[in-house]
Amino acid sequence: MSETVLESPDFDVVDPLAEPAIELNSLRKVYGNKVVVDDLTLSVDFGEVFGFLGPNGAGKTTSIKMLMGLVYPTSGSARLLGRPLGDRAARRQIGFLPELFRFHEWLTGTEFLDLHGQLYGMSRAARAKRIPEVLALVDLSAEARKKIRTYSKGMQQRIGLAQSLLNSPRLVFLDEPTSALDPLGRRDVRAILSRLHSEGVTVFLNSHLLSEVEMSSDRVAIIDHGRVAAIGRIEDLLARDLTVEFRLGPVTPETIAELGTLLRIEQVVSGPHTLITARAPSEELVAQAVDLLSRRQVPVYGVMPERRSLEDVFVDVVSPEREPGR
Amino acid sequence: MNVAIIARLTLREALRRKVILGVVVLSVAFIALYALGFHYFRDNYISLAARRAARPDAGPTPSYSTSASAMVLLGLYTVNFLTGIMTIFAAVGTVAGEIESGTLDAIVPKPIGRWQIIAGKYIGFAIMLSIYIALMVAGVALTSHVVGHYAPPHLVHGTLLVILVSMILLSLTMLGSTLFSTMTNGIIVFMLYGVAVTGGLVEQLGTALNSNTMVHIGIGSSILLPSDSMWRLASYVVQPSLAISFIGPNPLGTTVPPSELAVRYSIVYCIALLVGSMVLFQRRDL
Repeated sequence: MSETVLESPDFDVVDPLAEPAIELNSLRKVYGNKVVVDDLTLSVDFGEVFGFLGPNGAGKTTSIKMLMGLVYPTSGSARLLGRPLGDRAARRQIGFLPELFRFHEWLTGTEFLDLHGQLYGMSRAARAKRIPEVLALVDLSAEARKKIRTYSKGMQQRIGLAQSLLNSPRLVFLDEPTSALDPLGRRDVRAILSRLHSEGVTVFLNSHLLSEVEMSSDRVAIIDHGRVAAIGRIEDLLARDLTVEFRLGPVTPETIAELGTLLRIEQVVSGPHTLITARAPSEELVAQAVDLLSRRQVPVYGVMPERRSLEDVFVDVVSPEREPGR
Repeated sequence: MNVAIIARLTLREALRRKVILGVVVLSVAFIALYALGFHYFRDNYISLAARRAARPDAGPTPSYSTSASAMVLLGLYTVNFLTGIMTIFAAVGTVAGEIESGTLDAIVPKPIGRWQIIAGKYIGFAIMLSIYIALMVAGVALTSHVVGHYAPPHLVHGTLLVILVSMILLSLTMLGSTLFSTMTNGIIVFMLYGVAVTGGLVEQLGTALNSNTMVHIGIGSSILLPSDSMWRLASYVVQPSLAISFIGPNPLGTTVPPSELAVRYSIVYCIALLVGSMVLFQRRDL
């Protein structure tokens, strides 16, 4: 059997500045009358860790399955590493950990990785070098000779993660990579993500654990009903639609009305100090509001932006009229 | 080469299953029982022939080769039946089961064509089944030779035809596995297998009763699934012509062998169903 060596990419490296690592254009998937993914458009740059979020049934896994060639799009297009979906040269440089991982349980950990190394077209020498590395990375070196059927759920997820990193990929899709892991395991995965990030690997991360996505990702997309409902850098999303509390001196109704042109005022409480609670679409508008108050010579004793979490953003973005149980 | 990787994986998986131990034990038990049966058959034949020779009014005794040939036919029929069942059981969930469990989710995204997965699985099963058939036929032939002192003719030709029967069932089962769930596929393939076997019996009855309608029913079932007609051709080639005419139309064999065209049809049938599996698997969502 002829074997190819994996060390160098077998197609021209896409200029990371010219093309995104992942590009989805109006991707759509319909099963019968049910639209699972509807007009999904987004792009992910090289080297980004990209969080892909959404409620159950939003179409996240179907989207990833389309990108991995497991499910065919009804319409639309996508490119990975500058190549169309299904391109084998691109696939050689892509890693994937499926959500519902189930592997050949009768193989040992080493045999399993050797099989997947062969499928990636790695030479025997490359496999012999790389397999111990990825086993050590996921802390399974001691269990390498045991059959996968004897592994715990968490260990199976770790060996799946090792499989997805076996080919030293430039792009990795991780679908719920920590769902079966305990807190220590999750911390290890975060460390792996951080390492991949520092090595310039593009990571497409689908996880229900929003705190993890918040800690690991550069940008996130929140999808709902198969469409992108929000997308952007984590800081920008967290800064968007801030809740701010102003503690002010005496303020005229005219100034409050003027303030209302910049912010959405939710509550005004008069007393020794006037407390105004308002929603601001961005931090810039908070700065403009402070500037306005200063110009109107209103004493500003405090401006307290409420620190939001990704979970708050997620809850705000996801349609409240979602069907129960989804 | 990706096809070889999948073929090796399929073969290793089949050999590592616990059921393989059961198959080996039962196969050895079958050969042992067959040898015992052949031994008693030979003893009985010799004593029967001696008794008949002592009675001038007794009718003609069938020659030993004719009777021994019937024993070989019985042994090969059992091998053919067992491998048919084994083929269906081995491959019934090979695609559907892996789609249902999600095992393919980690394989399909690799730089490998979907058709290569089907081709690899087919080759893996084909190698395993061919080796099993060859060993079992060799067991029957060796028993016949050592215990029964009888060597059936054209054994290689017959073995190839039994392998063809297995390949027909393998192609059908693989096709079903790309289309249906494991359970549905199992039910459909076993029903079709039953239809083919029954169709073959009806055809033999039609030949004995000189009924064209019954013969046509048999031919129709052979077109739907040519496994039984290839078995009957195998049974025809491994018997001496004298034994065929002496035994006549019977449930295990035939007096009218399927034509060369039927063999070609069976080969095309296998290839068409295999290609169909590849096309369907290529197109379906997982």
